[in-house]
Formats: sequence, C-alpha cells, structure tokens
Amino acid sequence: MANLIQLETLPAQGLFPGQDALSWIFQIIFTLLFIVFVFYGQRIQMYIMVREIEGSLLRLKFIRDEGRKIAIETIKEIGKPETDPAERVDQFLEYVTIPPESMDPAGVVWKLEHILDVRETRFKDEVKLMAPAADETNINNLENTLEAASALNIIYKVIRHFYILGKKTLSLYIIMQIQMILPLIMREAEAYASALKAFSYGQPIGDGAGALVAARLMHGHKKKKVEKDCVVAKVPLEGRTAYVIKAEGPGGNVGKPGEAIKRVVDENNGKITTIIMIDAALKLEGEKPGEVAEGVGAAIGGPGTEQYKIEESILKYKIPINAVIIKEDIGDAVSPMRKEIFEGTEVAVERVKRVIKEKTKEGDTVIVAGIGNSIGVGQ
Amino acid sequence: MSAEIEKPERKFSSIVLIVIIVVLALSLTSLYQAYELFLMDDPTMGYYLLIGFIGLILSTYMLLQTRRRVQKFTLETKPVTTTIICPNCDFKEVRNYERGDYILKEIGPCTKCEGTKMISAIYREIQEKRKEEKVFT
Repeated sequence: MANLIQLETLPAQGLFPGQDALSWIFQIIFTLLFIVFVFYGQRIQMYIMVREIEGSLLRLKFIRDEGRKIAIETIKEIGKPETDPAERVDQFLEYVTIPPESMDPAGVVWKLEHILDVRETRFKDEVKLMAPAADETNINNLENTLEAASALNIIYKVIRHFYILGKKTLSLYIIMQIQMILPLIMREAEAYASALKAFSYGQPIGDGAGALVAARLMHGHKKKKVEKDCVVAKVPLEGRTAYVIKAEGPGGNVGKPGEAIKRVVDENNGKITTIIMIDAALKLEGEKPGEVAEGVGAAIGGPGTEQYKIEESILKYKIPINAVIIKEDIGDAVSPMRKEIFEGTEVAVERVKRVIKEKTKEGDTVIVAGIGNSIGVGQ
Repeated sequence: MSAEIEKPERKFSSIVLIVIIVVLALSLTSLYQAYELFLMDDPTMGYYLLIGFIGLILSTYMLLQTRRRVQKFTLETKPVTTTIICPNCDFKEVRNYERGDYILKEIGPCTKCEGTKMISAIYREIQEKRKEEKVFT
C-alpha cells in the first residue's frame, strides 16, 4: 500500500510538476536551459573566451599604441629631428629578423651572430637617422625603446591573428589555446610597457643587476674598451687580480661579454684560475626578488651565441666557471630596478668576493663578468 | 610622459542590452508581484521575491560586465628615486629620478667636504599588494 502511494505521487515530483503554476515555470526554464546547454554549451563557452580575449586585446592595443607614442615623443625630445619621425618609427616596428637555416646545424651559431650583428647595425643606423642630435648613450636608449615598442607590436598582432582566426573558423581549440596562455602574455606585455618608460628615461632595469655588480667592483679603476661595447678593468681583489667585465654604460647596451671573456682568456694564454659570471635570472613564483644564489656554468641569456663562445673558451683551457645569480621575475627584469634587486647586488658583490677567496689562492688571476643591460649603470 | 587615456568604442551588442533591460523589467515586476502577494498574505510571495532578486542580481551583473569593457586604460608610471652620496662624508640625499641620472655618476663637489658627490643608487620601491603565502616558505 505504501509503495502504491509513492508510485502515484512520483510523476508530480519528476518530469511533470504539480498543479502549481510556479512549478511549471521552473520546470520549463530548467528543461530549456538543459537543452540549450546540451546543444550550445561549447558555443557559449567559446563566446565567453572570445569576450575575455577581446578585453585583453583592447588592453594590448592600448599598450602598443602607447609604446609607439612614447617612442615618437622620446625621439622628438632627444633626437630633435627635422621631419616627423612617425613614419620611420612605424616602419621600424614592422622590422623582421629571419633566423638562419638550421637543417645543417654546423656553424649555425656564427650565422646567427652575423644576422644579429647586421640587425643591430641596421637598428642603430635607423635610430641615428631618426634622431640626429642624439649622442651614443641616447642612441642606445632609443634603440632599446624602439625594440620594446616593436615587441609590443608583435605581441598585439599575434594575439589579434589568433583572435580573428578563431572567430573566422569558430574553432574552440584555436580560441582556447590563446585564452589559456593569455595571462602570461599579458604579464609580458605589461613588463614591456614598463620597460618602454625605463628605456626612454635611461633608468637602470632589473636585468642590469649583473652589470651593476661589475660596476661596483670596477669603480675607481682604469677601464679599457673591448669588443664589442664592453669595458674591462684590472682590479686587485682579495689579493688576486680580477679582470672585471661589463657592457659599457650608461646607455642601454648588453655588449658581447662572450667576445670580451674570450679575449681576456686568450691574452692571458688561458692562465685564468676561475671565471665568475653574475647575471639576473628568472625566479620561480614564491621566491623573493633580489635573492642571490650560486652555481656553476655560464650565467648568460640571450640568443645563445655569447654563451657558446664562453663555453668554447673555458673548454679549450679547462677553466672552472662559477655563477652568481640574482633572482627576479620577467616584469622586474625589464622595468626600473626594484629596491630588493638593488640590495641583492650588494649581497652578490660579497658572494663574488667569497667565491674568489674560497676557489682561488692569492696571486691568481680571475675573470668577473657582470652580464646584463647597462642602461642607467655607469662604471 | 603622462598616463594617456584611451576611449575604446562601444563594442557590445545591442541585443545583449535589450535582453538585460527585459530581464531587469521582469525582475522588477516580479518584486512588485511579491509585494502585492505580501499584502494579501499569500505564502507564494517568497517565490516571486526569489525570482525578482535573482533576476535583479543577474541583470545588474551583466550590465556591469558590459560597462567594464568601456573602462579607461592607463599605463602606470612607477616612481623612481635617486640616492646621492658623498663617499668621503655622511652626505646623503634622496630625490626623484631625473633624466640623465645613472648609477656611479659624479655630480659635482660635496657641500659638506672636499669630496665629490655621486649617484649611488637608483631604484623604485613597491608595496606588495598581497601577503606571501607563509605556509609554503
């Protein structure tokens, strides 16, 4: 009997509601929503993603346009051009660099280096034409400013490409892959936006931490210019002779520290007890900016050509190589130097001295190379 | 180099706007209905009140979402300070960064002693927005 009562009341609690009008309304809404989500769920999801990308794209466009404007204003202010540099700046932002073919990888390092040299010369010539009144330091800063603006232009165009392609093809997967990496791309774009202002003003950036350590060590000693765009100073340090190398500042410049180290090693016929390289390194989330760590290996970023040269040199003479790194995130690396990173350089100087004391003996010769962009850092 | 403000065009669909307005109107009607039923002491008043509030929250949220897209963008300029010291005495001066400043730049004779003033530091100080996770340190 009890089971019978339950069966009689079952339809009213299931698919069909009771006599109440409100229950019917709720049931119809629920059923409609169910059908809509079954057939259009993916489409709705895609529209939400597209909206998110659209919002970020608007922000990217703003940053890109702002970058272009800052570059043009800085060129006008520093370079005093006779004509409006806007057209040339627009052309500069569209420059492409085609990497060498690597199907046969033998010698690809030198090919890449050559391409990068040509690119740099071309960029410098362009900047000189755009800003005839700028001195060497300002030319380097302007070149860096334009490169940051160019990077922002590329980021914007790539995201726009995938956004339009996704909308055209209505492919969830194209939209999804760009939406998933969007937070990281936005972080990078914001970092370049900070870099633009730092470069246009000539402020030291986080990436210059290594160069700042070298600058502190070589300050007050005689410097010699070495190829390319680097300076070297012979510094008595803890009873040893240290060849301290950094990119020439205070203009925005990373130089060719690999070339400089190779030269110093060759000049000393390989009689170098150890090489210590100091560079800014990307920190992991959770690590504090400005933290200093030690290790071994060539602490240098970039396209790899300089690292290759250093590794070739140390291998030839079997020279031990030590690394001191100052941790920071991508945003800190290209924006004006944070106080924590600045303080980290002071710690790094002491670490370098400690490594020299522990790994070498008095009378030895060592190389200390501070890697990074020397913008806003003298010597 | 002041932070510029962009005025992006209104890109949201007018259909979406109509839907929001209709939902808003229906929600308000439902709330009024709830009020009428309350006066009549009808227990179904609660359902109308619920529907009204849900509709009101949803439409307000959607309206805010569309407004968020026409918000103004800015590029933050971070304040950078320059520290000037005299290596020979205790002279120290901290001021805002000026174009042409660079670390280790000598900027003239010291006002306190015979030494030469130089820029010892250029950096920006930032306040951490969120507290670091203490558990995973």
